[in-house]
Amino acid sequence: MASNKKYWKSVEELNENSAIVKALQDNEFVTEIPTDEFLGNKEVLAASSTTRRDFLKYVGFTTAAATLAACEGPVVKSIPYVVQPDEIVPGVANYYASTMADGFDFANILVKTREGRPIKIEKNDLAKHGGSVNARVHASVLSLYDKNRLTGPTIDGAGVSWAEFDTSVSQKLDSMTGKEIVLLTQTFASPSTSKLIAEFTAKYPNVRHVVYDAVSCSGALDAYQNKYGTRALPDYDFSKAEVIVSVGADFLGDWQGGSYSRGYAQGRIPKNGKISRHVQFEANLSLTGAKADKRVLATPSQQIQILKALAGGSSSDLPENIADAVNKAKAQLQKAGSKGLLITNLPDVESQTLALNFNASSDAIDVTKPLLIRQGSNSEVMNVVNGIISGSIKGLITVGVNPVYSLPNNKEFADAYQKLELSLAFAMKQDETASLAKMVAATPHYLESWGDAQIKKGSFSLAQPTIRPLFNTRQFQDCLMQWTGKAPNYFMYIKENWTASILEGGSWNKALEAGVLESSAETLMDPIQPVASGIKEEATSNGALASFSQDGNYELTLYTSTGLGDGQQANNPWLQEFPDPITRASWDNFLTVSAADAEELSLENYHVSNGALNGSYVNITLGTVKVENVPVIIQPGQAKGSVGMALGYGKTAAIQEEMQTGVNAYPLYQNFSEIQKVNIEKAGGVHEFACVQLQSTMAGRSNDIIKETTLEIFNTKNISEWNAVPVVDYDHAPVEVRDKKADIWSPFDETVGHHFNLSIDLNACTGCGACVIACHAENNIPVVGKDEVRKFRDMHWLRIDRYYSAGETFKEEIEKLENLPAFQTYKTVEVPAYENPEVAFQPVMCQHCNHAPCETVCPVAATSHGRQGQNQMAYNRCVGTRYCANNCPYKVRRFNWFLYSENDEFDYNMNNDLGRMVLNPDVVVRSRGVMEKCSLCIQMTQKTILDAKREGRPVKDGEFTTACASACETGAMVFGDVNDESSEILAMKKNDRMYHLLESTGTKPNVFYQMIVKNTAES
Amino acid sequence: MKKVNFIHLRSKLPLLLLVFSLTFSTTIYSQDEAAPGGDVAAGEALFKANCAACHKLDAKAVGPALRGVADKFERQWLRDWIHNSPAMIASGDPLAVKLFEENNRAIMTPFPALSDTDIDNILAYTSQPKAVPAAAAATETGTGSSTGGEGVSNSLILGALALIFLLLVITLYLVTNTLKRIAEAQGVVYEEKTKRTPIWRAFVQNQFLVLSVSIFLILAAGYFAYGYLMQVGVDQGYAPVQPIHYSHKIHAGDNQIDCNFCHSSARQSKTSGIPSLNVCMNCHKNISEVAPETATEEYSKEFYDGEIAKLYKAVGWDVENQAYTGKTEPVKWVRIHNLPDFVYFNHSQHVTVAGIACQTCHGEVQEMEIMEQFAPLTMGWCINCHKETNVNLENNEYYAKIHEELSKKYGVAKLTIAEMGGLECGKCHY
Repeated sequence: MASNKKYWKSVEELNENSAIVKALQDNEFVTEIPTDEFLGNKEVLAASSTTRRDFLKYVGFTTAAATLAACEGPVVKSIPYVVQPDEIVPGVANYYASTMADGFDFANILVKTREGRPIKIEKNDLAKHGGSVNARVHASVLSLYDKNRLTGPTIDGAGVSWAEFDTSVSQKLDSMTGKEIVLLTQTFASPSTSKLIAEFTAKYPNVRHVVYDAVSCSGALDAYQNKYGTRALPDYDFSKAEVIVSVGADFLGDWQGGSYSRGYAQGRIPKNGKISRHVQFEANLSLTGAKADKRVLATPSQQIQILKALAGGSSSDLPENIADAVNKAKAQLQKAGSKGLLITNLPDVESQTLALNFNASSDAIDVTKPLLIRQGSNSEVMNVVNGIISGSIKGLITVGVNPVYSLPNNKEFADAYQKLELSLAFAMKQDETASLAKMVAATPHYLESWGDAQIKKGSFSLAQPTIRPLFNTRQFQDCLMQWTGKAPNYFMYIKENWTASILEGGSWNKALEAGVLESSAETLMDPIQPVASGIKEEATSNGALASFSQDGNYELTLYTSTGLGDGQQANNPWLQEFPDPITRASWDNFLTVSAADAEELSLENYHVSNGALNGSYVNITLGTVKVENVPVIIQPGQAKGSVGMALGYGKTAAIQEEMQTGVNAYPLYQNFSEIQKVNIEKAGGVHEFACVQLQSTMAGRSNDIIKETTLEIFNTKNISEWNAVPVVDYDHAPVEVRDKKADIWSPFDETVGHHFNLSIDLNACTGCGACVIACHAENNIPVVGKDEVRKFRDMHWLRIDRYYSAGETFKEEIEKLENLPAFQTYKTVEVPAYENPEVAFQPVMCQHCNHAPCETVCPVAATSHGRQGQNQMAYNRCVGTRYCANNCPYKVRRFNWFLYSENDEFDYNMNNDLGRMVLNPDVVVRSRGVMEKCSLCIQMTQKTILDAKREGRPVKDGEFTTACASACETGAMVFGDVNDESSEILAMKKNDRMYHLLESTGTKPNVFYQMIVKNTAES
Repeated sequence: MKKVNFIHLRSKLPLLLLVFSLTFSTTIYSQDEAAPGGDVAAGEALFKANCAACHKLDAKAVGPALRGVADKFERQWLRDWIHNSPAMIASGDPLAVKLFEENNRAIMTPFPALSDTDIDNILAYTSQPKAVPAAAAATETGTGSSTGGEGVSNSLILGALALIFLLLVITLYLVTNTLKRIAEAQGVVYEEKTKRTPIWRAFVQNQFLVLSVSIFLILAAGYFAYGYLMQVGVDQGYAPVQPIHYSHKIHAGDNQIDCNFCHSSARQSKTSGIPSLNVCMNCHKNISEVAPETATEEYSKEFYDGEIAKLYKAVGWDVENQAYTGKTEPVKWVRIHNLPDFVYFNHSQHVTVAGIACQTCHGEVQEMEIMEQFAPLTMGWCINCHKETNVNLENNEYYAKIHEELSKKYGVAKLTIAEMGGLECGKCHY
C-alpha cells in the first residue's frame, strides 16, 4: 500500500509563500544563469559570422592539422669530432684499468668508456689482491656525474681561479710559520702520495700529517703494529681455513676493508665432499651471519667474553647455550689446528691482539704481505680533535674526509673549526666540512684523476683518468706539487716514482695497461711521525671500550650498510635505492631491535593496506649525546638486549633533498668504537619504510624455492633424498616434472646454436648486491624514489630475495608448517618474529623460461622467445596490459608506471644532462607504459657473437657474460652457452646441486640454482 | 636522354678549349723564352708524383707556390736544393737558411733520385704562365652560345603551335556562327528535345549505385589513408640542406674514394660515423680549390671553393700561413638516417660480416650531389631483406657449426638470415 507521505528536501519548502519554491517550480535555477556575462555582448555575438558549426570546424581542422604537423620528424643534428682521438671509435667501448681508493673502498677496476664517457665499472681480473669491487664501487661511476659537485675552488664562499687560490694558500702557509697545522687525510695507501706528503711536510715543518678513517680500524692496526711492527691489517685467505669462527666480524661485508668474500666462497663450494665450517657469534644479523653454518646470538659484552673463552679463557660466565657453542667451536678450532681461523670485530686492541695471536700459526693469515688500506689511529685523531677544540692547532687541511659530519663530537668540533686561522678543505662537494671551511679546493672524482695504490703489500696498482675533468677541479696531489714548486704534474711524479722504485725495470705502459703490478719494492707508505702521545695503544689497553662501561640498557653495534658504507656516496641514487640485503629496506637507515625488546619498549612494525611497512621511532641516548627519531625495524636474529644501526646516513650538505635520508649515527660512534651502551625510549610518530620484500619466509612452499641440505646428507645420501625433482600428477600417478609426459608444450629444439644458461650458486652468493648495481648501470634501469619503492614499484631487474626460516633449517620449517592447522600456518608465516632464523639469499631475475607463461598471454606478442634461450621483450611493441607480469610465477617483470627519464617528478640521474651521461648507449631507455625485465644482457651476448663473426672464429667458453655474472666476485654466477660441450655452464647444469626455481610449474627456466649445503657438523 | 647529351657536350667543351689553349700557349711560350730544354708533359708527371703533396703552382701549401720558381733562383742552386735541401741548410747557405725560416722551418724532403733533366722538366712545367683566365672566358662563351640556341628553338616551336591552335579555335567558332546564320536564313527549325532526367538525379535515385560507389569511395579513402599514415615518420628521400655542401658525387663518384676511407668505423662499430674534420684535412690540406672542370652548371667553382673555405673555418685552418689556428667550430650536420632509439643496428655486422655494399641500403651515393635517404628504413624493409638474403659464410668459421646443423634442420643448402634467427625481436630491440 502506497503512502501519501510528502517528503521535503529543504526547510524552505515548508513555507507556503516562498518565492524560491515558486521560482524553482518554473525554472531549474532560482536566478537566471548569467550566460551573457561570459558570452559577452549579445549583439556582437549575433553579428559574428562565425557560427557554432564553423567554430567546431575550425577546432576540428586545427586539431587535425596540429596532429599531422606533429608527424613531421624533428631535425636531428650530428656533430662529429673536429679532431677524433685515435683511440676512440664511435660506438665501440674502451676499457681502462684504474683503481678506486676513496679511503673506505679500495678496488682494482676496469672502467668501460664510450665516446670518452665512463659508463660502467668492472672488476679487474688481472688483480690478484684487488680489494673488493662491491656495490658501492660499481655505483661510483654515477657519483662522477653528480650535479651537486663543486665546480671550482672558493675562498670565503666566492669562486676564485686556481692561480689566486694558490697564492692565497701559499701566503697563508708562509704566514703561519711555527703554528701547528694538521693535514688530516683519508687513507690513501698510495706510495706516491705518501712521498709527496713527506716532501710537503718537509717544506712546511709545522704541518703534521694525520690519517683519519671515518670508520676506524685502529684497534686492529695497533694490534698488528704491536706484534709485527708494520701499521697494517692482517690479510686472511679464507679459502685456506677449514674452521672459521667469527666474533662479530662481518667479513663478508665491510669488516677491515672487506675483500674476503672471494676466498670464503671458494671454501664454501663443496669439493671432494668438503666445505669449511663457519660459526658466527654476533648481535646484529649481518651478511656474514646469514651465511654461517651456525649463528649464535651474543651481545657485544658477551662477545668480549666469547673471544676470551675461544682464545683460551673460561666460558663459565656465559649463558648455557652460548657456552656450549663456544666450547664446541673451540674444540673444532683446536682440531683444525693451522686450518682454523678466529676473527673479531671488537674494536679494542686487546681483543684484536687475542685474535691475532690465535691466528699467528694459521695457514690463512699472510703476515708478510698485510693490507694497507687503513692507516688511521684513534689516539692520533683524538689528539687533533682536542687540539683544534682547545685552540692549540691553528690550521686544518682536510683531504677526502668530512670530520664535521663524521666525528662523534661534530658540533663541538664544528664550532672550533670555524675559528681556525687556516681551514682548507679538499672536497668534491660542498659537504659539511667544506661549507664551514674558509678555503675549499674542488677536487676531481677518482675517474678524472691520476693515482696509485698499494692495497696489499707488494700489490701495486695505478689509477688513470678516463674522462677530462668535468669541472674546474684539481686533485690534491697536483695542488701539493704546485705549493711545493715541483715538476709539472702528479702524473709525471707518479711515473718517475714508479720508474725509480716500483717498476723494477718493467714497462710503465704495460703497468698502466694492466693497472696492477706485483712488485717486491719497498716503499715509504706511511709518513706518520711519532708525536708525544704515541701513535698506538698498548696491547693491554682497551681505550676503544672506555665508554662501553657506561650505563645503558641496550648494547648498540654500529655497522656500515652495504649500500652507503661510510656515507661518502650518499648522493648516489643507485645506492639509496639499493635495498639492504637483510632488511630489504631502501632509502633509510634504522635501528634494528629484537622482537623481545620491541615488545618491552612497545615498538611496532606493521604493514598498511597496500603492504608497505610502517614502524615506530625511538630516541637513543648515549651519555650526553641524544639521537632523535630513529625509525625501528624489528629484526629477526637480533640478539636480545642489543640493537644495531648503520653509519653513513643523515647527510644533508650538498645532498639532493630526496637523498637526505636516514639519521646520522656518527654521534654515537664515541671513541671510534662500534659497540656502545645506550638508552632507548620510544618516540612519537610513525615512520614509513620503503621495503621491497613483504614476505619474509617461503610460506611453506615445499622445496621449490630454496633448497638446502647439510654436508652430511649431501655426502652420504642419494640425490633423490636431498635434491629431488618435483613431481606432478599425470593420469593419477606422480611423474617427475622433467618428464616429457608432464609437459603440455610442443617441444622446441634447443640444441642448435647458442643456448644461454645462468647458474647461481646459493652457497657462494653472499647477498652483497654488486650484481644489482652492475645490472642497474648496464641496463639503464631507472631510479623511482622512496615513495614508489614503498608501492613496490621498484625497477630492479635483478633482486636478491632474502628468506628467513622459522625452524633451525628450512626443511624443519616446512615440516612444522605442514603439521599446523591452516590458520596457524598463516600466522607463523606472516610473523617474522623468529629469534634466530636461518637465512638464505637468492638472486632472482627473469628466469628466461623455455616454456614462458608470460609469452603466451601477451596480446600483442611483445614478448617472445629467442632460439638462444632468451625471453625477449620488444618495448616498442608493448602496449602495457601487464598480463605478462601477472602471469609470471617469479614476479620479475617491471612496469614503467611513469616516465622516469626527463621527468621532474623523478629528479634523479636521468633527469639532468650530467646524470644521463652514465647511460649505456646500447640499451634503450624505456618509456612510460611499457613492461621491462632482465634480458640476460642480450646486448652483451650479441656483441660477443658479433666480435666472433667479425674475426671469423667460434666463440670461446668464458666469452659470453652478463653484467651480473661479470660483477660477481665470489663466482656464484656463471653464465654461458650450454650447447658448448666444453663450457663451465654445462658442467654446472649437470651438477648434483642444480635445481630450478619453482620447477613444479614446468616453466623450464634457463636460469638455474645450485642448492645450499651447510656444514652442520658440531665436532 | 637528349638533354643529358647536351650536358655532356657542354661540360666537355670548355675542357677541350682549355686543353687546346694550354697546348697552344705552351708552344708560344717555349718558342719565345727558349728556356733551357724541358719536356713539359714529363715535368707535369714528375711534379704530380713528387712535388704536389706539398707544393702548388699558384698557391702556398706546405711549401711555397712554385710557378715561376725557375726565374727566382739560379738553376744550379735549385738543383742542389731539390737534391738535398737539409744539407744546404746545414751548410749555412744564406739563401737556403732564409727560405727555411720563411716556410715555418719545414724541411723539404731531399730528392737525390731526380736527375738534372728531371728537375729541368719539372721547372719547365712550373714555368708555364697561368692559363686559367683564357679557359674561363672560353667556358663562358661556350656555355652562353649553346644555351641560347637551345632556348630559341624551343620557344619558337611552342609559340608557333600555340598560334596555330588559336587560329583553329577562331576558325571553328566562325564556321559555327556562319552555319547557324545560314540555317536561320533558310528557316530550318530544330526539334525541341524532351527534357531528360539530369544524370546526377538519376545517380541519386539509383540506390544500388550510390551504395556501391560509397563502398568504393570508403575503401579507396581507407587505402589512401593507410598509405599516408604508413609513411608518417618514413623519411625516404629526405635530403636536407647541410651546413657544408658536401658532394658525395665528387668524392665517392668522380674521385672514387672508398666509402670506408672516411666512414672507417662502419667496419668495426655499430655506427658508420660521420668523419671527423681531421679526416677531411688529410686531403684538403692540399686541396683548397676544386679543379675548374669539377664545376657544373648548377654549382660553380667559386661555390665549391667557398664550401672548402667553410671546412677550413670549421677546422680552424689558416690557408695563408698553412697552420691551424686552434679556433674550431664543429660542424652541425643534419642527420639523414635516423633510426628510433629502440632499434639496435650495427654497421659492422652488415659491412664486415655480411659484406654488403653500402649502396644496397644507401643507394647510389656516388651519384648523389646532395645526400639523401635512399631506403625507407622501415621494419618491413629490414625484414624483407633478412628473409631474402643468404648468410655470408665465406671464410667465417663462426658459422661453420651452426650453419651445418640448421641447414640440415631446414633442409636447405644456404640459410637465409631469417632462418638463422634474424627475425627474432630481441636481435634488434633491446
